[in-house]
Amino acid sequence: MPKLDVVDLGRLSWAESWSIQRDYVEKRKAGLVPDTLLFVEHPHVITLGRNASESNILASRELLAQLGVEIHEADRGGDVTYHGPGQLVGYPIFDLAAWKKDVRAYVQAIERAVIRTLAGFGITAHTRNGKETGVYVTNADQSPAKICALGVHISRWVSSHGFALNLNPDLRYFQYIVPCGLTLPVTSMAELGVVADRVEVMRLIARHLAEIFNHEFSNSIEHLTEHLEETLP
Amino acid sequence: MTDVVMPQMGESIVEGTLTRWLKKPGDKVERDELLFEISTDKVDTEIPSPIAGILAEVLVQEGATVGINTVVARIAGEGAAAVAAPVAVAPVAAPAPVAPPVAAPVAAAPAPAVEVESLNGPLSPLVRKMAREYNIDLAQVPGSGAGSRITKQDIEAYIEAQAAKTVASAAPVYSAPAPASATIAPPAAATPAKTRVEPMSIMRKKIAEHMIKSQTISAHVTTVHKIDMTKIAKLRARHKDEFTARYGFGLTFLPFIARAAAEALRAFPIINASIEGDNIIFHNEVNMGIAVALEGGLGLIVPVIKRADEMNIVGLQRSIVDLANRARSKQLKPDDLAGGTFALTNFGSFGSIFATPMINQPNVAILGIGAIEKVPVVIDDAIAIRSQAHLALTFDHRLIDGALADQFCQKIKGILENFSEQVL
Repeated sequence: MPKLDVVDLGRLSWAESWSIQRDYVEKRKAGLVPDTLLFVEHPHVITLGRNASESNILASRELLAQLGVEIHEADRGGDVTYHGPGQLVGYPIFDLAAWKKDVRAYVQAIERAVIRTLAGFGITAHTRNGKETGVYVTNADQSPAKICALGVHISRWVSSHGFALNLNPDLRYFQYIVPCGLTLPVTSMAELGVVADRVEVMRLIARHLAEIFNHEFSNSIEHLTEHLEETLP
Repeated sequence: MTDVVMPQMGESIVEGTLTRWLKKPGDKVERDELLFEISTDKVDTEIPSPIAGILAEVLVQEGATVGINTVVARIAGEGAAAVAAPVAVAPVAAPAPVAPPVAAPVAAAPAPAVEVESLNGPLSPLVRKMAREYNIDLAQVPGSGAGSRITKQDIEAYIEAQAAKTVASAAPVYSAPAPASATIAPPAAATPAKTRVEPMSIMRKKIAEHMIKSQTISAHVTTVHKIDMTKIAKLRARHKDEFTARYGFGLTFLPFIARAAAEALRAFPIINASIEGDNIIFHNEVNMGIAVALEGGLGLIVPVIKRADEMNIVGLQRSIVDLANRARSKQLKPDDLAGGTFALTNFGSFGSIFATPMINQPNVAILGIGAIEKVPVVIDDAIAIRSQAHLALTFDHRLIDGALADQFCQKIKGILENFSEQVL
């Protein structure tokens, strides 16, 4: 059974964690590390995919600067995304060639792991079949609200980027990126009345991913510092 | 020359969007060197080159979505480097001018049928039979079916296109229309493109989503009332110069209508409401959204005048000017767009007499303002010239009965036709 390493990068800037991700991707391609799940919490940041239009950032640059929101152009496709405190961001660096060479199956596997994790906290979540990726919950009025966003990059069947699950972020920050009223609402575990411990959520997601991807997972989560020491020559 | 195709990124995946070329035509590529990027679902993938050589031709442009196994580029093998360019053009251009409908395309593009089958998936017996009968090289036929499968229609279109080409002398090349038309109009290979494909902006996608959502949620009904705007037109004419001088911005009709609507919403709270599950939420504040069209057809947003019912004409006009300016210069704050309880849309400014606007969720009504025009009107059996506008109220029939919607409109009409408030 292939091994799954889980590493918690803690609170780390988007740029720094991106370079760590890239490092893992290269090492994974070379077979130097096993499949690795990186967890991180970013400070307020808006990332633009290559195809994103500036007009989808609604607030002025000045306002964002005032609020301490960084803006990064990410080397990925797709649109504008917000990350911030209270959000659990997960970057699975998996070699899909060893599992299934199927990007849709991969995305669905991540979605399934998140849905199972939420179920563990009593939250019934679902995907929107055939529509946007991500994990959603249904409000009382039958409208869906997004609780987990997904964006994936694959190079030589090694995955990077991943998912962002809203534990208890300040949801107002999501309003800065797309015009209010023109988008599906965003929700969080906290908004649904669930106070979740970050480590517990990480462990659950890792366990469900391990099960789906046939990994061996020892239930231990390493921390960035420990990990850096280990890999130092 | 080796074809590079859109790869299949999973069992159930039939197409992909080419998001970026990492090499330009003429560039040298190594085997396994990253050549282009694609996007399928929400996953971006870098695709390596199958062989080493020179990227001779790029057949699919960035942003285009094509079926799997569609040829996206051709790579000239290493030996062919020096003659890469001419070789690239020859095989595709050659059959075009010479081939009569039934002529065999011969040596120029020797693609055996077997290879095509593996390329484009299984062919139906009918398609194979037609290809044999008309002696068609299937490699030259763009497939429009799932996974670029060649369908009967594709064959027919191809035959037609070939026939057209023999009439029109030396039809110019294959390569130009091919990339854009690959997804939508495969037979257009020989004729000038009839379509142009452009991906939607995110805002456009969101608008589309919102509109369909609104249509699904609300039971839309529109009622139209004629309003005599003569009194307002006179008031405006009398005050507009002094208004501009005093406040630094012009006086339009919109704040009068906003004022009347706000007052009427106070009288009919159920129109200033939302539905949540089985509950009616009455909003104690009148927060009036104003639909603003962004220039260049870029989209539509609805900034909100907070507590519009507490404002006079000057306050409303100031808010409208401010929101519209900031909407167009992208200086709106999230707060400016939140909390609307009712909306106005002024299509009259674009010349429309009346329209049936769609409700801005989660509101239950929206008032559309038609063009204000001078018209002859019969009053006491005499003809008079009056300024008139059609106001169209779209309401959610789940919550609001027709009679009530009309009473609400009559209330607005009464206020506007007998306007008695200070303007300056």
